[in-house]
Amino acid sequence: MRTAPETVENSRDQAKDVRPLTGNEAIARGAWEAGVRVAAAYPGTPSTEIMESLAEYPAEDLHAQWSTNEKVALDVAMGAAFAGKRALASMKHVGLNVAADAFMSQSYIGVNGGLVLAVCDDPGIHSSQNEQDTRIYAQLATVPVLEPSDAQEALDYTKLAFDLSEQFDTMVIVRGTTRLSHTRSPVTVGPRKDVAARPFVENPSKNVMIPAHARRRHAVVIEREEKLKEYLETATINRWETGDASFGVITAGTCYPYVREVLPNASVLKLGASWPLPEGLLRRYCESVERVFVVEELEPVIEKELRALGIKAEGKRFFSRMGEFSPELVRAGFEQAGVLEPRAQHRSWALEPLVRPPVLCAGCPHTSSFMAVRASGARVAGDIGCYTLACLDPLRGLDTTVSMGSSIGNAIGMSKAGDTKPVMATIGDSTFLHAGIPGLIDAVYNQANITVLLLDNHITAMTGGQEHPGTGKTLRGEEAPKVDYEALVRAIGVTWVRTVDSYDLAQMYQTLREGIAHRGVSVIISNRPCVLDPVKIKGPALSIVNEQCNACQSCMNLGCPAMTWGEDTFEGRHKVKIDQSLCIGCTLCAQVCTVDCIKPPSTITTAAVTQ
Amino acid sequence: MNRSNASSSSVESGQLRPTAAAAKAREPMNVLIVGVGGQGVIMVSKALASLAQSKGFEVKQSEVHGMAKRGGTVFSHVRFGPQVWSPTIPKGEADILVALEWAEGLRWLSYLKPDTGIFICDTKRIVPPFACLNRRPGAPLRYSRETPAEVKQHVAEGYAIDATQMAEELGNERAANVVLIGALSTALDFPPEDWEKALSQFVPKKTIAVNLEAFRLGRGWINEARTRVGVATVPAEAVPASMEAGYSVRLEITQQWCKSCDICVKLCPERCLRLNEERVVELAQPEKCTGCRLCELLCPDFAIRVHLDTAVPTQGAQA
Repeated sequence: MRTAPETVENSRDQAKDVRPLTGNEAIARGAWEAGVRVAAAYPGTPSTEIMESLAEYPAEDLHAQWSTNEKVALDVAMGAAFAGKRALASMKHVGLNVAADAFMSQSYIGVNGGLVLAVCDDPGIHSSQNEQDTRIYAQLATVPVLEPSDAQEALDYTKLAFDLSEQFDTMVIVRGTTRLSHTRSPVTVGPRKDVAARPFVENPSKNVMIPAHARRRHAVVIEREEKLKEYLETATINRWETGDASFGVITAGTCYPYVREVLPNASVLKLGASWPLPEGLLRRYCESVERVFVVEELEPVIEKELRALGIKAEGKRFFSRMGEFSPELVRAGFEQAGVLEPRAQHRSWALEPLVRPPVLCAGCPHTSSFMAVRASGARVAGDIGCYTLACLDPLRGLDTTVSMGSSIGNAIGMSKAGDTKPVMATIGDSTFLHAGIPGLIDAVYNQANITVLLLDNHITAMTGGQEHPGTGKTLRGEEAPKVDYEALVRAIGVTWVRTVDSYDLAQMYQTLREGIAHRGVSVIISNRPCVLDPVKIKGPALSIVNEQCNACQSCMNLGCPAMTWGEDTFEGRHKVKIDQSLCIGCTLCAQVCTVDCIKPPSTITTAAVTQ
Repeated sequence: MNRSNASSSSVESGQLRPTAAAAKAREPMNVLIVGVGGQGVIMVSKALASLAQSKGFEVKQSEVHGMAKRGGTVFSHVRFGPQVWSPTIPKGEADILVALEWAEGLRWLSYLKPDTGIFICDTKRIVPPFACLNRRPGAPLRYSRETPAEVKQHVAEGYAIDATQMAEELGNERAANVVLIGALSTALDFPPEDWEKALSQFVPKKTIAVNLEAFRLGRGWINEARTRVGVATVPAEAVPASMEAGYSVRLEITQQWCKSCDICVKLCPERCLRLNEERVVELAQPEKCTGCRLCELLCPDFAIRVHLDTAVPTQGAQA
């Protein structure tokens, strides 16, 4: 029978320091224990908390920073590795696309100080624009991927990743998923390792990727992969858990606990590294069982490798290439494969679930920006941020959203293609700094006729309120220089720039009209802080004079979560009421009210208030 | 209702080999906690997880962040026992479902064990903006219509508790989640003192007293409710009946008065107006028009009048 994994034994040992940590916190802890000295990231769900937790360790131990984007973050970490220090970059899966250029060359260069890349995939697309599989990138770059299955392994594997990085002269990926990142489980923590400083190694043939060097390095990379495979043949992170020989399951990462949940006694080969794959071990395992299943989320990386080895493995036939797995889905796959008896379906009550998508917050400055965008009648290229929610009813304010910073380039293309509507790009402050600036320079250079609405809410809002170069604060909360958007935009050649108070709806409408009328590139900065971060904003709530409300629903067009239907009706339509605990007093609803019946509490008598 | 030994579930294990008994003894306790962003779901699950861990259980607590902060659905799976594999609770295997909001409780109902699951739900209704988008006269609120009495038919043991009201009476509406923890505490085998200790770690220091009171209130309420197999009533069960039938909308447009300003076209919530070739407004998609009158109200030149041609009541008596 299977032996209990070491980690579980450890966590029961009362003498040890056991803490409940999320996968992200455990990766941060692992990096700290491994003696990491420089860490950089751009926030992105589900990876954000890795860098936030690292920033909680003493500044004397490590430098941790938010970078402007993932490529810069990886470059920074790489620089520290060049300098002989252990370094970490963390990002979400699509962040690796941004960092890919540096990532691919880094593989050829290798490391001096250990370099670990923590990448969090998002199977099921909880908060992303796709569900790409980072393991494919690892194959492409020929770098190893470790896949922890719980928080304890997240810590252990991160530490191991630094050792492997230095041992094999390679960057190492620690791949998480949303489920690992956001599951809290007991973790045995240890002390920080004192890593001897290595000096910078002046070795241009390794560190300078000109064609002559790169050709030689490619051979080294391929050789390195063979050495890694050899190491993984016997590495303890690959666990062969024996069981009935009628079938066996090869799995890795967060799929492993699902397999164990539904097949507590089956034979399992749990791979600690999902790339590269040790051929001998795989062959021996597959020969030990009659039928081989591969349970892996997203792409059939392991399955394809097995097939390339001529092994008949079954995987994606029963376990989908799409979405996040669960015990239910894994069970269903094994039922379909005839390994498990189908379970009696339990009766279920067919309920129509309430539609409750995420919405912009009460008082969100994006609300007024998108009311104005709508009134402008423009074709709108959107971008990544909370404001992507403006594509939903009732704002329905944007036509496209692709990836970080795409809005401006998309807008240039639309305008050059001759869209009959005025063309606008909407982009948040953090996204603009991340990847919007080259697009804007392109627009100026190519003399595009577009309007760029820069939605400056002074924070990286969607990932929970992180600092960036426009906020004037660092990751650790220290004072920092602050980007002056108007000066920046003028410096790259935009002549028409206006800054508007997002809460002044009339001014927003008017400025957008003027910006659109301007021929060439116009930039409008919609300026108001996020209502949640860095400080939660709460002003006196407004109320509705119920007698005067004509239920026109004009205010409901804002999609404000503080506004809801009251019991009274007018012409059969519900009058509106304002949830006093949610309303922050932004006054946008009062500005769009057709009969001027939304008032601050002081101007109406209590008797006239709906609540 | 000491249910720490939850392995008495009648759910078939479905294993191939006869190791079900051994597997069952290791089955974890599954508590699913759900609600809406900002209600304190994560706090409840953290308190429970920390308590279970202090008792020597292996604990996994899994949630999904991201969009949840913006008024979306929030859920947290807490599993504890001698050994826990999956961080998420399989459908149909939750021992207890604690819901901080009524429609969210209904959404996750299918996760409860059909024969033994306990449903503890606040009757608080948080109506999302999406539920209030239909502008047709008489359109119903798009919110769950199931009542506690109906839900009772579909769960092994169910409690609908007006926790928000109870917390409000204590002077802190935000303690509603702790009232529910009080209720939850009766379903698990941990002493109340330990619950109170765990809670004190997770609520803001200033609010410990009111939260402990809330905890005791919830615990007391459910003990009493259990003796009378109680189901509290849900407030505001009366949803206005649909009056949608039998009315039609007619737009009267005085063409000479329209100066092509386009305001009505751009601000029509249904996008059913347009300027025609003479740049005069016209109703392009009459089937979409709800008769909300917004164009009439916004037109600076009184060029649009909306007629609701039926016996639609002008007063909301039905409400």
